[in-house]
Amino acid sequence: MNSPRLMDALWTVGTRDLLAALRHRADLLTTLVFFAIVASLFPLGVGSDTALLRLMGPGVVWVAALLASMLALTRLFASDYGDGTLEQLALSPHPLTLLVLAKTGAHWLASGLPLVIIAPLLGLQFDLNADAQLVLLASLLLGTPTLSLIGAVGAALTLGVRGGGALLSLLVLPLYVPVLIFGAGAVEASAAGLDAGAHLSLLGALLLVALVFAPWATAVSVRIAVE
Amino acid sequence: MTINWFRYSSPASFYPIAGALIPWFFSGAALLTIAGLYISFFIAPTDAQQGEAYRIIFIHVPAAWMSMFIYVVMAAWAGIGLAFNTRLSSMAASALAPTGAMMTFIALWTGSLWGKPMWGTWWVWDARLTSELILLFLYFGFMSLQAAIDDPRRADKAGAVIALVGVINVPIIYFSVKWWNTLHQGASVSLTRSPTMANTMLIGMLVMALAFWMYSIAVMLMRLRSIILERERNSDWVKTLKKQPS
Repeated sequence: MNSPRLMDALWTVGTRDLLAALRHRADLLTTLVFFAIVASLFPLGVGSDTALLRLMGPGVVWVAALLASMLALTRLFASDYGDGTLEQLALSPHPLTLLVLAKTGAHWLASGLPLVIIAPLLGLQFDLNADAQLVLLASLLLGTPTLSLIGAVGAALTLGVRGGGALLSLLVLPLYVPVLIFGAGAVEASAAGLDAGAHLSLLGALLLVALVFAPWATAVSVRIAVE
Repeated sequence: MTINWFRYSSPASFYPIAGALIPWFFSGAALLTIAGLYISFFIAPTDAQQGEAYRIIFIHVPAAWMSMFIYVVMAAWAGIGLAFNTRLSSMAASALAPTGAMMTFIALWTGSLWGKPMWGTWWVWDARLTSELILLFLYFGFMSLQAAIDDPRRADKAGAVIALVGVINVPIIYFSVKWWNTLHQGASVSLTRSPTMANTMLIGMLVMALAFWMYSIAVMLMRLRSIILERERNSDWVKTLKKQPS
């Protein structure tokens, strides 16, 4: 039998996941609304002093993006694990590493990219200037894929495990620290009139490292879960 | 003489050896602690700048060293367990985690006790404090993941993945936090240049580090024996062990 070619398989897995995500539009909106609410709560907590908010803005938007992308992670494998699709993927002749990479990519397009797109709106709430807004966009564009890639490992490890959601945050949040530091750091540097290039380069480096290691660790974790 | 090391990778043959080794490591730990504390409190001179308060480093620094060292050893054993499917190595990793978490906690706690008189605050967001705190979270993550999975084989493998991912991340986290903010005094002990502290201080610290090391091994072996008994409770050798009068 002629097995389907690898690229076809990856394309099928990716488009299928993307389509499934778009059919559950409410889930996507929940993530976005969560992002907006978390960021909007901070001024209510610390006061509406514009100078203070301008100082806190980059960090707050980044932390909110990080929490929102973590919230979306449970959807990455859960339904496929429940109905046995994940087992079929693990049994397929194609490398599971690339298949989970396709799934993670589709997940980022459906839940990470919308966060990046609405982030400048939240940046306005914190009175970020135009340059800082651009850097915020760039840093989220480089950083959120890394969050999805690292998060995929945690999502696969916690499949079918008691208390999955809280456990997932315990596993994943400490690993998000470098992305948060350089992401928020880039925006802060730009808001302070400094060059954000170094931070963005480091974010890019983190993305490349995650791209190499994370799908492999995710594939191992998926195999452990479906064993 | 050749020793078949693989013999000891079987829980059944490792169990009695671990039992025989524990008293040695415990007495080693006790003797070194006594010697180390004597050096730290009676021989080491008072620091010119920090007064007597600096003496907490004899606990703080060894605990911080052990906290990082144990994480690496734990990840290594977990990785061996994942790669070669050896039960005992995975059990060793699980047995190390609580000790490592305790060392991390001691390092944080003594650090903040020292920080109060020196920096005037219990906590600062300095690079090493922050990365040590994140290390504590990594230990908690490893232990909670293993505790949440009922099947011990799956728990071993899942724990191994998160430990290995963590070990790749520890240096990244360390440097990212370091570039983010730093206030902690530079490392006082380094292999490449001569130490900036009195020799007796250094010796006291090294003796205490050895004591902590011996203690960690002894406690790890004790915990490992409990894990072996728990996991192998249905095997024949454990049943015969139960019948023997201890």
